[in-house]
Amino acid sequence: MNDLKVIKEKSLKEWQLLRHPDEPVIYIGMASCGIAAGAVKTKRVIQETLEKYKLKANIVEVGCIGTCYLEPIVDISLKDHPRISFGNVDEKRADYIIKKVLLEKDLTKTRPLGHLGPESYDGIPSLFEQPMLKPQVRIVTKNCGLIDPSNFMHYLANDGYTGLSTALKKEPVEVIEEIEAAGLRGRGGAGFPTGKKWRACYDMGSGPKYLICNADEGDPGAFMNRLLIESDPHAVLEGMLIAAYAIGASQGFIYIRAEYPLAILRLSKALKQMEEYGLLGENILDSGFSFSIRIKKGAGAFVCGEETSLISSLEGKRGMPRTRPPYPTESGYHGKPTVINNVETLGTVPHILRNGAAWYRQFGVAGNYGTKTFSLVGKIRRSGLIEIPLGTSLRQIIFDIGGGTQKEFKAVQTGGPSGGCIPAELLNTRVTYETLAEIGSIMGSGGLIVMDTDTCIVDVARYFLDFIQKESCGKCTPCRVGTRHMVEMLEKICSGEADPGILDKLESMAGLVKSTSLCGLGQTAPNPVLTTLRYFRTEYVEHVNNYYCPALVCRDLIEFTVIKEKCTGCQRCVSVCPTGAITGPRSEPHNLDTSKCIKCRACYEVCRFDAIAGNAIIITSKKNDEN
Amino acid sequence: MKPKKLSFLEILDSYSAEESSLIPLLQDAQDEDGYISPEKVEGIAQHLKITESQVYGVASFYSQFRFTPPGRHSISVCLGTACHVSGGETLLNTFERDLEISPGECTPDGRFDLNRVACLGCCALAPVVKIDDDIYSKVNVIKLNDIIGLYE
Repeated sequence: MNDLKVIKEKSLKEWQLLRHPDEPVIYIGMASCGIAAGAVKTKRVIQETLEKYKLKANIVEVGCIGTCYLEPIVDISLKDHPRISFGNVDEKRADYIIKKVLLEKDLTKTRPLGHLGPESYDGIPSLFEQPMLKPQVRIVTKNCGLIDPSNFMHYLANDGYTGLSTALKKEPVEVIEEIEAAGLRGRGGAGFPTGKKWRACYDMGSGPKYLICNADEGDPGAFMNRLLIESDPHAVLEGMLIAAYAIGASQGFIYIRAEYPLAILRLSKALKQMEEYGLLGENILDSGFSFSIRIKKGAGAFVCGEETSLISSLEGKRGMPRTRPPYPTESGYHGKPTVINNVETLGTVPHILRNGAAWYRQFGVAGNYGTKTFSLVGKIRRSGLIEIPLGTSLRQIIFDIGGGTQKEFKAVQTGGPSGGCIPAELLNTRVTYETLAEIGSIMGSGGLIVMDTDTCIVDVARYFLDFIQKESCGKCTPCRVGTRHMVEMLEKICSGEADPGILDKLESMAGLVKSTSLCGLGQTAPNPVLTTLRYFRTEYVEHVNNYYCPALVCRDLIEFTVIKEKCTGCQRCVSVCPTGAITGPRSEPHNLDTSKCIKCRACYEVCRFDAIAGNAIIITSKKNDEN
Repeated sequence: MKPKKLSFLEILDSYSAEESSLIPLLQDAQDEDGYISPEKVEGIAQHLKITESQVYGVASFYSQFRFTPPGRHSISVCLGTACHVSGGETLLNTFERDLEISPGECTPDGRFDLNRVACLGCCALAPVVKIDDDIYSKVNVIKLNDIIGLYE
């Protein structure tokens, strides 16, 4: 049964061979984001090009390294040069790069991003010298974008399942001690010490227990869990095995969003491989420990990220929360002790077992050890997924890693709809669970949404509240009714119909919802409103008192105008205008009838993006026109 | 080759009669032809020995389940935070206008149904639109017209 050692040797040979291949190896980033950016087309062109030149190569589909702004990403390794990475490989560039690298062996004009592995080549720097990658510390994402997530051998060759074998040599309680010593805290957002949670479940003694991996990544603007599962599913599964062994669970569930079909597919494949190699089922690796894992697809409810709601949903009920205590570690799934851990938490566990608690504690700061992944998105130059040691400042994340914003930086939202909007003057804040809470936000699961001066803060607050109001499960009144009132107030502010006293009302309603809601969803829902009122009150006041939206976003407070001097008369805007508000013959400046305009922005977008249009449509404030 | 789709009765038989089967059963039942019909609610209730209102109560709680037939093609406009700040709402409005339907509805010719989705997790490529299984990134109003033309 225990033939993992033999397979491991084989996997190392296979991996070594990929590094110095007889036949060229072409790696294509095929996570959801790469596919959305066109990786499937890129792959097709690569295959066609290979055929055209009668070239032979081995194509390997890998996950995502996190530099999403460079997608599609293609790496090539040849016998005489290491794996070299190329960015933005669209169909045209794919053909060019294959021709240059494989046929002409000439890399001069191919604009490589960098090389991978220890050996340098032809003055090409390491890929990890890229500005977005250099400041990162990659532990959980170590394999992401580098290995084929469907190939068990690749995971095995990169220290895969050594964390498990280390764990199985220890007593369960020693595994818990190791996690406690490492100071690992829940990466789902709340930051509860993982070891403590495990111990509470362990202390419930023998009898059926359950382990649930929470992959119901519901925060809009966050995709850390999707990327990790799509790029390195075995890391999460190895973490589950270790956790189950430590707490004494024999059945595990992965509760994953149905919106992540590729992640589900890769998990199912990985589970089959585990069964094949004796890593699931009875007596795993002859240790006497037995465990099985089932995938449960979520059905689309944000509140199911909350652990008691998640359990209700698993039991086949409406996903509504219940009061705690008792905590799930005492009474969870079907009333049995249950541990629920986030994907990233579980993905970190094997590394701690492999390298020890002391090693893990060298990263991060006291009380906040280790690394955290974030999805860096919004109005940022270099968007994607990053992993940084806790204690890194927001400024470092946004400017050093993300390259800053195109327009002037305005705010960053952490923690999704449960978090807060952090202004420029607080950018030196170091990211820890406590510091973010002090300034009114939360760590959350890791969404970082960057906003510039084109983003209206009031509109963002309205957006988050509207999201929460729609997702509120309806069980408790403060959340069900309170969030609705808050959305109505915010809509009035955005449309310039608010009374002067509205901000105080909004603030007191926010306080009420925060202090009286049943679960985390309602208790944190007012955070976006409270933080924006705290840091951007003048912007609210402008909306309320002066009917002025400084970012020119709120529809009822703006107007569209055609600048005659710039208009090329291309008629593109005429053809997209749904209400016939824009008129004018070809080659002559167009007219925009503001009484017909519904401010859909279609003309504005066309005029901005179309090559022959003159960027002639501008947005102005209604208030300015009136003055 | 794709495995043959199971019929509703075969789906029912593949699940044991316990409450925790309800959501996966609804998911599989919806996979068959894209929605949960009143007949399916009845069938599931009988199979699991619970009331139809219990089945409907759970199904209507989750946004995944629809109770009207879908179009030949499903359009999902992502309205996650990153998509929101990059113009996702404008895209949704454009679809609503061009197709003359609201989210959750289907065009009279059965060509498209339109949906809003909280986040597809491709935030770095916002705004994102998904049609059937294809994801389109960095979409704008001009691209939209070309994209719709690909689906008949």
